[in-house]
Amino acid sequence: MSSVPIALSFHDVAFSYPHLQVLEDVSFHFHAGEFIALVGPNGAGKSTLLKLVLGLEAPQAGTIRLLGENPRKSRALVGYVPQHTSYDPNFPISVLEVVRMGRVDATKRGGKAEQTEKALKALRQVELEHLAQRPYNELSGGQRRRVLVARALAAEPTMLILDEPAANLDKESEQRLYATLSKLKGSTTILIVTHDMREVSPLIDRVFCIDSHRDGKIGRTVVQHALEEEAEGSIKRVRHDVEIPGDFCHFPREDV
Amino acid sequence: MSDLLGFFSALFNPDFPFVRNAFFAGLLSSVLFGVLGSVVTVKRIAGLAGAISHAVLGGIGIALYLSATGLVPNLSPMVGAIIFALLSAAIIGTVSLRSKQREDTVIQAIWAIGMSIGVLFMAKTPGYTDLSSYLFGNILLISLSDLILLAILDVVVIFLAWRFYPQIEATAFDEEFAQVRGIPAHVVFLAILSITAVAVVLLQTFVGIVMVIAMLTLPAGTAGYKAKNLASMMIFATLFSFLFSFAGLAVGWGFDIPVGATVVVIAGSFYLGRSAGDVLKKWRKHHD
Repeated sequence: MSSVPIALSFHDVAFSYPHLQVLEDVSFHFHAGEFIALVGPNGAGKSTLLKLVLGLEAPQAGTIRLLGENPRKSRALVGYVPQHTSYDPNFPISVLEVVRMGRVDATKRGGKAEQTEKALKALRQVELEHLAQRPYNELSGGQRRRVLVARALAAEPTMLILDEPAANLDKESEQRLYATLSKLKGSTTILIVTHDMREVSPLIDRVFCIDSHRDGKIGRTVVQHALEEEAEGSIKRVRHDVEIPGDFCHFPREDV
Repeated sequence: MSDLLGFFSALFNPDFPFVRNAFFAGLLSSVLFGVLGSVVTVKRIAGLAGAISHAVLGGIGIALYLSATGLVPNLSPMVGAIIFALLSAAIIGTVSLRSKQREDTVIQAIWAIGMSIGVLFMAKTPGYTDLSSYLFGNILLISLSDLILLAILDVVVIFLAWRFYPQIEATAFDEEFAQVRGIPAHVVFLAILSITAVAVVLLQTFVGIVMVIAMLTLPAGTAGYKAKNLASMMIFATLFSFLFSFAGLAVGWGFDIPVGATVVVIAGSFYLGRSAGDVLKKWRKHHD
């Protein structure tokens, strides 16, 4: 059987807030080392699905396995890059301190020297080591986003999850960000969540879409759509007309 | 000038122990104002601390009434204050975590209802009770046992801030990320709110409600312009807080005016001046 383990799996998952059914009959999975995009329009439930993946919410039905475990157990192995839109520009903190936060423990103080060493290594990965001592609030939006990627990388994660990584970035900043992610592709499983329904980066292997409802259901489900590459290395177009079942596997089947 | 010199001779005069006690109260409370004030500022819960500190008046009013009418003889106002502080912290904390959109209304309601209960009970309390003494306090009435209590709270707060510094910093900077790292962000929030509530009660009996809320926000706000990180913000805020308290004490004593109100005016002027300077600097940078 396949030796590529499953990184994330949803099996018949349903989730609702009081008076609002968000997700129903959600089943999909992907494997370690894949670069996955999860797309969907605003309000479709992307953030909710992300909260379920990160163990910040629990499903009312079905099971979620992140790196083979309950998300609350295994999320320490995940590097999370949030949008961080509620960021306080008056918060006094340096770039290095933000990245060091990536290794913060739930209750322990932790060794500062080791945290600093790992944080500097992560800053090197995103090519921002020269800004380590700069105040975080003096950086541009694109630099801040890459610092947050470094913060996620500081914990040396098995999997990276990025929420709308290119939102509000200019083309150059977006390219720099994807250049960083391209270096991680293969060695780290990457999941990006985006509201751009039409096209995705050429790095993406597969695309999942939260958009459709099953017959007679209120909550949305997740399906796979085909990707079309017009030329080698160009942006990939999402073929919403070609639907693949969410749980369809490209790899030889392995027990979840 | 001779008035101010009079303060310094009083400070070293063994016949005026209350001046020395007031000086040490300023020093010890500065640590609480600096450390807790910085945490309250970066977590943006100054409004919550304001509501708790004003709601405390309800507990003080009820305790004074119960004690003066003989229903509960010798009940200390501080007991009522602590009960009201923790009760309002629990209500505000729960609402803040469960229903963000109602937070503002609940904060204002707790603030207004707590103060009004205090005024109502004080009005019906036999004998004379001076509301303004609770609002502005009197730092010159501090005893040695009060100073010991303050010192104990200083040690507890410094230890907790040192021990859980990474968790406090992470939850204040990005709560969602902190939760993904496994930090119990809600526990950290409720713990900060409860410790602030207890500190507010202790501090307001010495310096008054208005000065507590002013000193929890103004020195930390002023320090925020200069600090490079949360730890240096705590240190600068402590220094500013001591500077403002000392200046207020000297000016208040020298010119025979209320010390608490003087400290607030000095701290407020400093903060507003610093803010105006910052706005001017940004405006110049923008127009260069």
